[in-house]
Amino acid sequence: MSVDRAEKVDQETDWLQLDPRTVLVRVVLFSGVLAGAALPTAFGLAGSRPLWQAFAWVATGVALALAVDIVAETVRFRRTRYRVGRERVELHTGLLVVQRRSLTRERIRSADLTANPLQRVFGLVKVRIGTGEHTSGGESTLELDLVTRAEGERLRHELLARAAVTAAEDPVHDPTLAVLDPRWIRYAPVSFLAPALGGAAAGAVMQVSEWFGAQGKVIDWIGDRFRDVSVTWIIVDLILLATVAGAVGALGLWVEMWWNYRLEREPGGTVRVSRGLFTARSVSLEERRLRGIELVEPLGVRLCGAARVDAVATGLTESGDDRHTDLKTLLPAVERAVADRVAAQVLREPEPPTGAPLAVHPRAARTRRVGWALWSVLVPVAVLALLGLLLTPVLLYVAAGCVVVLTPVAVLFALDAYRSLGHGVSGAYLVTRSGTVRRATVALQRSGVIGWTVKQSYFQRRAGVLTLTATTAAGAGAYDIRDVGRTQGLTFAAGAVPDLLTPFLEPVPTRDTQTTRDERDTQEARPTER
Amino acid sequence: MTGENAIRLRPPRNAVDERAVAWWRSRLLTTTAVPVVVLGVLGALIGPARFWLLAAATAVAALGLACTAFFPAWWFRVHRWEVTEDAVYVRTGAFWQEWRIAPMSRIQTVDTSRGPLEQLFRLATVTVTTASSKGALRIAGLDHELAADLAERLTAITQDTPGDAT
Repeated sequence: MSVDRAEKVDQETDWLQLDPRTVLVRVVLFSGVLAGAALPTAFGLAGSRPLWQAFAWVATGVALALAVDIVAETVRFRRTRYRVGRERVELHTGLLVVQRRSLTRERIRSADLTANPLQRVFGLVKVRIGTGEHTSGGESTLELDLVTRAEGERLRHELLARAAVTAAEDPVHDPTLAVLDPRWIRYAPVSFLAPALGGAAAGAVMQVSEWFGAQGKVIDWIGDRFRDVSVTWIIVDLILLATVAGAVGALGLWVEMWWNYRLEREPGGTVRVSRGLFTARSVSLEERRLRGIELVEPLGVRLCGAARVDAVATGLTESGDDRHTDLKTLLPAVERAVADRVAAQVLREPEPPTGAPLAVHPRAARTRRVGWALWSVLVPVAVLALLGLLLTPVLLYVAAGCVVVLTPVAVLFALDAYRSLGHGVSGAYLVTRSGTVRRATVALQRSGVIGWTVKQSYFQRRAGVLTLTATTAAGAGAYDIRDVGRTQGLTFAAGAVPDLLTPFLEPVPTRDTQTTRDERDTQEARPTER
Repeated sequence: MTGENAIRLRPPRNAVDERAVAWWRSRLLTTTAVPVVVLGVLGALIGPARFWLLAAATAVAALGLACTAFFPAWWFRVHRWEVTEDAVYVRTGAFWQEWRIAPMSRIQTVDTSRGPLEQLFRLATVTVTTASSKGALRIAGLDHELAADLAERLTAITQDTPGDAT
């Protein structure tokens, strides 16, 4: 009954349908998939029967599947309707069972548009409306698949423009925060994607050749090219080739991802990222969801003096489908100074919080890191040496080589990791930095910290350091300040978020009162309250 | 390191229920008993591998008994909790110790749970979650009536506190 009443209240708007061309687009896509599956099947069947017969069979199958799909898509289109009422957005869909979903408009935090090349040809977009809540089962998003671009834009504006009154255009900031600078592409090949893509390319060559039973031939062919060269050179050359392939792949991917990139502030208190060469994406982020900024510097990118900017916002994570990880990226890898500037602009700060000078962590943190580095070398070397003693002396030489080569590398990483450690307060933001392979500087709104976790391992207790974790509703959920001095860290935490930690702090008793204090601790080990 | 103004986190005021030690011990014994029994039965049935299976069973049993003797007492000393007007404060762990603080205004849900063993010892676990995906606080080994009272009290306080807890 109450549902009926709610619907009646909300009946000032009409139900809308998806764009009719949705059917066409989806059928075209499906026929593409069918063709991809049909050709190999036909050739496979042709082995045991005449070619025309095989093709006839497959063609019948394809026609049947296509007919079913057209009917299904038409029914789906007919049955799908949505409306944007004053209080809620509703979507009815489903082929056999009608699914009804509705989102309270107040809770809507995002309206993202994506369009793949096919959809762009028809001028259609997919709209994903989300509340950004951490619910399991994906109940918190509605997907309109597909509507016209104009309708998508209209929905986006209507759904996100509720705060338009407060966000009267800010005269200090230009609405456009950043546009693509084609020179940024130089940071694409140094990302971790490049070697991964190179490896994938080599793997793909092997895989495809195996399908055709030609893997041996490929290896022989490669062997022929390198008939007169030593094995070392073959390996070096192949690695070089994979690297080049990876770099080219990374460049291509970068162009696809970041072409037409634009970061702008919109009336209504949202920041919008639009980008993409083939698949056009538009991601809107409400500013009141934003709790901070993460400046990410993967090793290669950092060596080139660049950094990427990610948003730390509530309700962006935990949607496993559709690679939501890149939704939070606000800016691709660019010069550090530009990244800092954009970060400051997104946060509406005059100075970039991520550029603030940070406090140094105690020497114990460095000792611990160097210790880990030495252990990480020592353990595999010890295993090698043991095997060498038992089996063959060659392994002893390998072990010795490893010690000579790996120790300096590991120690360098350890020292760099120590240098990366830092924390501080910059205006309304708490800033923490750590990591060496992926160095991340997080600037988190101090008011966005919703709790503290202090961790100390046995070794940390002996070294007098601790790991402070600020928990937050946004981003990764918790951000660490690693191996900070005990007094230093607790004082910092108490200062950064007032009143939260202070009631639970006490001065460390001097040595002669230590024992009595400990006795009191154990005596307190009985329920005193309640 | 320990200068004039050195500070540290004070232990939370309340210890967990004394029955928690027995609960932890029985839990450890149960988890030890399962592989020991399996190994023992296999050892009795499979002649050729009897020595090694029984040796493994003995080793597991020895390790389990050592843990049972050692850890619950340590846990009891470390695991403490406190609820003030403004925050929930919990200390847990042994080798890795953890102090967790969640302000009342950020608490989203308060749950109590009782496993079969906990019911046997009339204990309960209170879990306090905040909007952070990593901010949950667990107070294990509370007297079940105390836990129910505590959950009720926390729920009442958090409902009175304004804000959307993010």
